[in-house]
Amino acid sequence: MATQVFKIPESLREDVKYSFCPGCDHGVAVRLVAEVLDELELREKSVLVASIGCSVTLYDFLNVDSIEAPHGRALAEATGVKRACPDKFVFTYQGDGDFASIGLAESLHAALRGENVSAICINNTTYGMTGGQLGPTTLLGQVTTTSPTGRNLEYYGYPIKIAEHVALCDGTAYSARVSLDSVANIRKAKQAIKKAFEVQLQGLGFGFVEILSTCPTNWKMTPSQAHDRVRDEMMKIFVPGVYKDVTTDGTTHKMR
Amino acid sequence: MITETPTKKILTKGNYAIAQAAINAGCKCYFGYPITPQSEIGEYMSGKMQELNRAYVSAESELAAINMVIGACSTGVKAMTSSSSCAVALMQEALTYATSDQLPVVLVSVMRGGPGLGNIYPSQGDYFQATKGGGNGDYKLIVLAPSTVQECVDLTYKAFYLAHKYRNPTMLLADGLLGQMMEPVEFKEYPYPEIDNSSWALTGAKGRDGRVIRSYAPLADDQCVFLEKLFAKYRTIEKNETEWEEIGTEDADVILVSFGSTSRNVKTAMKLCREKGIKAGFFRPITLYPFPSARLNELASKTKKMISVEVNMGQMINDIRLAVNGKVPVELIHKPVGAPPVPEEILSQIEELI
Amino acid sequence: MSRIVIDSEKCKACYLCINECPKKLIKIGNTANSLGNRVVEFDDPNNECLGCAMCAARCPDLAITEVYKG
Repeated sequence: MATQVFKIPESLREDVKYSFCPGCDHGVAVRLVAEVLDELELREKSVLVASIGCSVTLYDFLNVDSIEAPHGRALAEATGVKRACPDKFVFTYQGDGDFASIGLAESLHAALRGENVSAICINNTTYGMTGGQLGPTTLLGQVTTTSPTGRNLEYYGYPIKIAEHVALCDGTAYSARVSLDSVANIRKAKQAIKKAFEVQLQGLGFGFVEILSTCPTNWKMTPSQAHDRVRDEMMKIFVPGVYKDVTTDGTTHKMR
Repeated sequence: MITETPTKKILTKGNYAIAQAAINAGCKCYFGYPITPQSEIGEYMSGKMQELNRAYVSAESELAAINMVIGACSTGVKAMTSSSSCAVALMQEALTYATSDQLPVVLVSVMRGGPGLGNIYPSQGDYFQATKGGGNGDYKLIVLAPSTVQECVDLTYKAFYLAHKYRNPTMLLADGLLGQMMEPVEFKEYPYPEIDNSSWALTGAKGRDGRVIRSYAPLADDQCVFLEKLFAKYRTIEKNETEWEEIGTEDADVILVSFGSTSRNVKTAMKLCREKGIKAGFFRPITLYPFPSARLNELASKTKKMISVEVNMGQMINDIRLAVNGKVPVELIHKPVGAPPVPEEILSQIEELI
Repeated sequence: MSRIVIDSEKCKACYLCINECPKKLIKIGNTANSLGNRVVEFDDPNNECLGCAMCAARCPDLAITEVYKG
């Protein structure tokens, strides 16, 4: 008798069809979020704050109560939701431009306040939705539509290491960076998302996962080549790992 | 500081009155960032909300504050922020989102001098900002303009009620004078019924599919349908909620139109006119949106002239002109910024104009 | 008998699953779905599928909807 080892998560909308480009790892990330919502039985107590960018229609995929946020303001809205309803599970799903460029103040201040919310940030080193411009995480040397000869220090400065910055905030309970370049890393990514959700449930503070993802369309690569790039280039600069975990590192953080 | 909800008149300043009224109205969350001349609202709230175990956040910016209000409002609770002029400018994006998301955001705007950083003196320079907005797309805020500290209380109550009744962001538009001046006020109980938000509020999708509060309509046709519905709502608001005060308008040769704190001196100037034999009337829009255009148009058939008295370079005068549609000339008496012109000053300018 | 179920309508022809399958049981098929994507097929005549679900874990579009192990 065969046992089912994979099914479509129940926290996704019925017969969901993603609007992402072929081979885009956003789809994997959304599925992992849904699987964790299933496993922690959170669907019926969740409020999702969606963001601007390729994840703008996330509420069409996840079957949870959702609200859109203006570009960069997801964690301000999430703060509002959580303060109004502390018993709800509140999370954001944002791109790197949303989280770490236009929304850096909202993101880091939510972490500094130790807001009991969870945030997922997809890092694909570009503004995907608008056609592949230079973003806060674009690597040095990377060619984009607004860095036509590659990101150089003279004109553009450095990319931001998001998970490390979030980990520096005293209100952060958990900050990790994971990658979706391989199935093994996809499984690790799911565990990180689960942890970032659990610290909220435990009232420990801000939970954060930066997910290294791909943008085959704007990188002008096949999906498979895109994974090679994540491994060979991105993971060298944006090193995966757990940068803060108050449940294991002995750090004490206030309980709300 | 006001220690409890009193049942008789007490002396307090406009900013505190607004804050206590919001608390009485059941405001569950306050999010704010300091700016003169309204910082006392946040100061008052920081203590009171914590005492009452309600939500208070010192936001990192006005952008964050108004978006926190959006988040809180999406769960159906009463929530607010307060700010002033150049910082309300920062909130315009969120206000258009809140309008298209149909959320009951309450924003108190205590006007100061502009443009730019301007100064901290009273002003009415944000009439356009409030009624026309700086956000994108077709939208309206409900705008209530108090003229006394008592009205700061009464219209704060009303702001929460209208915001929830119509699911539309509502602004209380005060100014630095009202925010800082002290007057005796009575805090009556919140007089309005509670609005049932259960059909749309985000509460966790228990036993149902997830609800979505969104403005994004990728298809042009969807956006057309939405905007028609939104503006049908605005027509209802215009029909039901337009509010104004008028005195001596029936036989007036000249009607003085003014809102907010400035209108108080204008009301006195109108009486001075009458003493001098000038048949002046007084008209004060209380709702700046919806603007009492229909009534002004009616009055334009009976009077010979209207004069808009404002502390700005002339903003509301545009709406008066649109309302009267050429039936009578509309003139301006104004002061760019600062305390309103005194009644005698207004009187002498009226005498020049008629 | 282990097996996978593919919803061809969701396949966007990224072909990531093909590389992922340790037994090379997924291949590019000869048919297109309504989106015009030349979709993948599961071809396991000798019952080699391990039910490892690597393909489903990799698929970004939920086109591999079920995996059975046994």
